[in-house]
Amino acid sequence: MKMMSRKEALDQLQAEAADSTRLFEKPLTQWRLALRRFRGRKSGMIGLGIVVFLILVAIFAPLLAPYGPTEILIGKEDVSRYGPPCIHLLGCDEASPQHILGLDGNVRDEFSRVIYGSRVSLTLGFFTVTLALVIGASIGAVAGYLGGWFDNIAMRFMDVILGFPSLLLAIAIVAVLGPGLRNALIAIAIVTIPQYARVTRAQVLGLKEADYVSASRALGASPMHILLRRVLPNALTPLVVLATLGVATAILEAAGLSFLGLGAQPPTAEWGSMLASERNQVFTAPHLVFFPGLAIMLTVLGFNLMGDGLRDALDPTLNR
Amino acid sequence: MINYIIRRILLAIPVLFGIVLVVFLLIRAIPGDPCTSLLGERATVAACERFNEANGLNEPVYVQLGLYMKNVATFNLGESIRFSRPVNQMLIERLPLTTELAMIGLALAVLVGVPLGVLAARRHNSVADTATMALANVGVSMPVFWLGLMLAYIFALVLRDTPFALPPSGRLSAGVFSTPYFEVWGWDLEPGSLTAKTHEYIANHYLFNNLITGQWTVFWDAVKHMILPAVALATIPLSIIARITRSSLLEVMGKDYIRTARAKGVGDAAVVGKHAFRNALLPVVTIVGLQLGALLGGAVLTETVFNLAGVGRALFDAIQGRDYAIVQGFTVVVAAGYVLVNLLVDLSYAYLDPRIRLE
Repeated sequence: MKMMSRKEALDQLQAEAADSTRLFEKPLTQWRLALRRFRGRKSGMIGLGIVVFLILVAIFAPLLAPYGPTEILIGKEDVSRYGPPCIHLLGCDEASPQHILGLDGNVRDEFSRVIYGSRVSLTLGFFTVTLALVIGASIGAVAGYLGGWFDNIAMRFMDVILGFPSLLLAIAIVAVLGPGLRNALIAIAIVTIPQYARVTRAQVLGLKEADYVSASRALGASPMHILLRRVLPNALTPLVVLATLGVATAILEAAGLSFLGLGAQPPTAEWGSMLASERNQVFTAPHLVFFPGLAIMLTVLGFNLMGDGLRDALDPTLNR
Repeated sequence: MINYIIRRILLAIPVLFGIVLVVFLLIRAIPGDPCTSLLGERATVAACERFNEANGLNEPVYVQLGLYMKNVATFNLGESIRFSRPVNQMLIERLPLTTELAMIGLALAVLVGVPLGVLAARRHNSVADTATMALANVGVSMPVFWLGLMLAYIFALVLRDTPFALPPSGRLSAGVFSTPYFEVWGWDLEPGSLTAKTHEYIANHYLFNNLITGQWTVFWDAVKHMILPAVALATIPLSIIARITRSSLLEVMGKDYIRTARAKGVGDAAVVGKHAFRNALLPVVTIVGLQLGALLGGAVLTETVFNLAGVGRALFDAIQGRDYAIVQGFTVVVAAGYVLVNLLVDLSYAYLDPRIRLE
């Protein structure tokens, strides 16, 4: 910042005081400052753009998709299995029906399925992270605040979960619960709980000795009140970042589980399982493998970029 | 340092114990019993009874757990119910592939990722920086199995008549065999002995085996089969390592002692290579250790895509077929390996940063 003389500073203060409208302006909260910083990050904004775009696609899927996600076109149109993409604008015969991304092995419109797939992946990412965040943050907050035996046992258990390669543990959990989208969600949530628990615990440990927390305690506030109203709101920043990046990981892992046949089951239009069911066609109908994978990548990329942008915006000390 | 090492090893024991326990409980919780999964839905009660008796499945759970713990401690991992073969033997055959794959993947990730990160940091805000980081972002977001399939499509189909063609599946081409080094050198090993098994295990690392014995055609064939899976597997860790290296190096480059070094006239290469790099390495080492877990998980997907008979694929099949012994044995070995690697990472961390071991 530019150094200014005492007189200059006084002048500036006076000028600011004279401008009476400024007195009624809302002060910039931490979050608004962060928002301002976030807007300045190009990659973060690109990520946000991708995510918003995908949410819109998911919401308006019925309007965007020319066919239903599980609609089989045998007998309805003159098309065949694994039909290649046909786009009229690019010179495809006007007489044949338009299928932008071609047809899959069950003669369904691939484009419609990819569009509807966004619903599955976004919902799954959102619920997985919410579940893991709520459970993980609760465990971490209580462990950090209480300390003692609960802290010890809970954190050793988290160590054990982290001791497994996460996808392997998720596979084992789905094996116990049975394959399916809901169980895949639970499995991925379980394997990611330790991250949230650890981060929350570390935050709480640092915050519980803060002066304003001691002040609250001196005023006779209950531990619950202190934890929920004083400590947790200030511990949120890293959790927001972790959760955003967590959506990306969750979508990626869920696609992996579906690819192995443990997640979404046919005929659900889910990108991972769409890819799995057509993987043997990769040499004859590569478009059926390419586009669902591209959709996964784009979604994960969006959340990753947004998460990175948020981290930079929320933590100004990280000057990357 | 010795104290620190002992403390870290002691801390790893409860985690290992917990892992064995969790695996054991998870397996028991899998619905459906191994009898019907193996003998078929219509297996008679008497047949199941005999089957359970023979496999110790009739004992109470805590007795089974006790037996299991004892067996794990003595490296007796039991016998696969489906293949009627010792789990140890299956590990000897399948683990080398996965270790080779993971090691090559990791090496690739480090050897490409770190220089890319350094390049991006040294040319901060340049075109090279932006391009590298954009690529890294895309790399982190790619599903392993999709990348694998796309690589297979490009290198096995599109480029099939060019010198760049690579095989999309398997470990060796049909008709190519890897002769173990002890046979090449005519060693006399007692079949079934521990020594023979150890040598067999080592020789099953095809790249290593054919490199030391000079079977170049086999070696080259194995290398060609390994390239695509390794690249697919390495992409995510590579991107993460490049990003961490970049941000870590950028942070260190802003430190006072770097300015001091520059002020006293140290050249640019020496500032980066000698002063900054070693200090920037700490977070990179941690990430490399953590990525190994991701690599082992990714190995399940990679081995599926490229039809490789490794541990990951075997584990997945065993879970589906409720083959208790394989699931238990393999998971314990993989998780133990993971814990061990993280232990090594912690120790190297202490070596790189003296403050940690003095704490």
